[in-house]
Amino acid sequence: MKPSDHPDPFKQARTEQGVSEIDDQDDPVQMVLRLKDVRKCAHNWKTYSSEATPGRIVVPSEVNIRDTRQIPFEVDPPKHGAFRELLDPWFKRPLQDEYRDKLREQISALINEVNQRDSIEAIYGFSLLLQSHALTVLMNTPESEAETFISWGTHVFRSEDDPLDAGKAQQLYDYIDQKIDEAEASPSDDLFSTLLAAEVDGARLTREQIKGIIILTFAGGRDTVINMVTNTLAYLADHPESLQRLRDEPEIRTRAIEELIRYFSPLTHMGRVATEDAQVCEHAVKADSRISLCWASANRDETVFENPNEVVLDRKLNPHVAFGFATHNCLGATHARTIMQVLIDELCQQVDHIDFLSADENIEQWGEFARKVGYHKLNLAFHSV
Amino acid sequence: MAKITFITKDEHTIVCEADSGSVMELAVQNGVKGIDGDCGGVCSCATCHVHVAPDSVARVGEAGEIEKDMLELDDEANERSRLCCQLEVSDELDGIVLHVAH
Repeated sequence: MKPSDHPDPFKQARTEQGVSEIDDQDDPVQMVLRLKDVRKCAHNWKTYSSEATPGRIVVPSEVNIRDTRQIPFEVDPPKHGAFRELLDPWFKRPLQDEYRDKLREQISALINEVNQRDSIEAIYGFSLLLQSHALTVLMNTPESEAETFISWGTHVFRSEDDPLDAGKAQQLYDYIDQKIDEAEASPSDDLFSTLLAAEVDGARLTREQIKGIIILTFAGGRDTVINMVTNTLAYLADHPESLQRLRDEPEIRTRAIEELIRYFSPLTHMGRVATEDAQVCEHAVKADSRISLCWASANRDETVFENPNEVVLDRKLNPHVAFGFATHNCLGATHARTIMQVLIDELCQQVDHIDFLSADENIEQWGEFARKVGYHKLNLAFHSV
Repeated sequence: MAKITFITKDEHTIVCEADSGSVMELAVQNGVKGIDGDCGGVCSCATCHVHVAPDSVARVGEAGEIEKDMLELDDEANERSRLCCQLEVSDELDGIVLHVAH
């Protein structure tokens, strides 16, 4: 095994049972492990609802640290559609040249900087910085705000030793309150002001709804993006031939990005609450109990993907669910994909190879499953072209 | 060179020409409304769903299994549905008509 590998801990349970129950703060979760079942459940929002008590569809559950409903994430159709219609144009801005150019400037400068150093710790010395600066582009706030985001660390709800840190969550809520106040006093063209001026179904958004949208923007794209970037660096350090291939064959970069996202699956799973008694591959699901859609397991489903545990850079058919599926697919996916496109382009242009020095893996424990989601520490040395 | 006609949900007709690439890429390049191609063409996002016009079906052919599984869960799917990222532009496709599903 190579140090950048991410083994699949779900294989046996996926092939033998298809579903596996884990406990989470006395509110158990049946993890759905096969791709087709995950897709079917994700599609069936009437039976598997996202509109439960705020925080309950997240695993580990956030009901004890959060009252604000994240929007549109914790809202079901038809209301969900109205919010998505409002937010989609904003979250599709990464397709514009101007947006891409801003990201390119940030990422290019960052790579130039790490190229000069003897070695770096990639999470705090690269990925956290990249994610925080890119977030200012997504929210259209001054780039100096990135310093505040960096000071929060890698997760907005969790700290090093506490998977659910209420104090940390409060820091984010206070920041959001302050920014909404500022936007009310002097409107600009950032996300806060845009939401203050927006209407859904003919009514202005409430302050609580605006907070729900902003919390989602911060929480959904924090450790996911950080892990995606860190894991990509680890992979390219460990596979210099892949960096060379991406440099030589720019036409495969789009496929390579989807493949890396499939392989890493930065979000392991997301929950739903059953609205009625139901069944997933012959396992009973009781009304008001939780299931989770395990994207990470589905993306290694051997009945769909050939050589599921290998990174096949030019994989042509890649029906992965790393960004979720159906109604609640990832609002930030365009931002994430654009970050990856710019990152790969700039690495190909500026970096000859990266040395993989040492790493401390971040292993999540879900019941019987130990899953590598990324790294606590990753030491790398960049070498410029 | 293949000439391919897209008809959008709001009944705009866009005629495009190409000799290579995927039909999805052709649609995105020409700003065909309702074809997003978010995943870049690897059959993951289902944002390039079209209904093939009845008299074009024979030339376009059937969806593969993975594509069919994707389409099965799309509320707009019918027996003429395809994800057009899986259609390679070729002379074979010259003259086909595709109705955008979303």
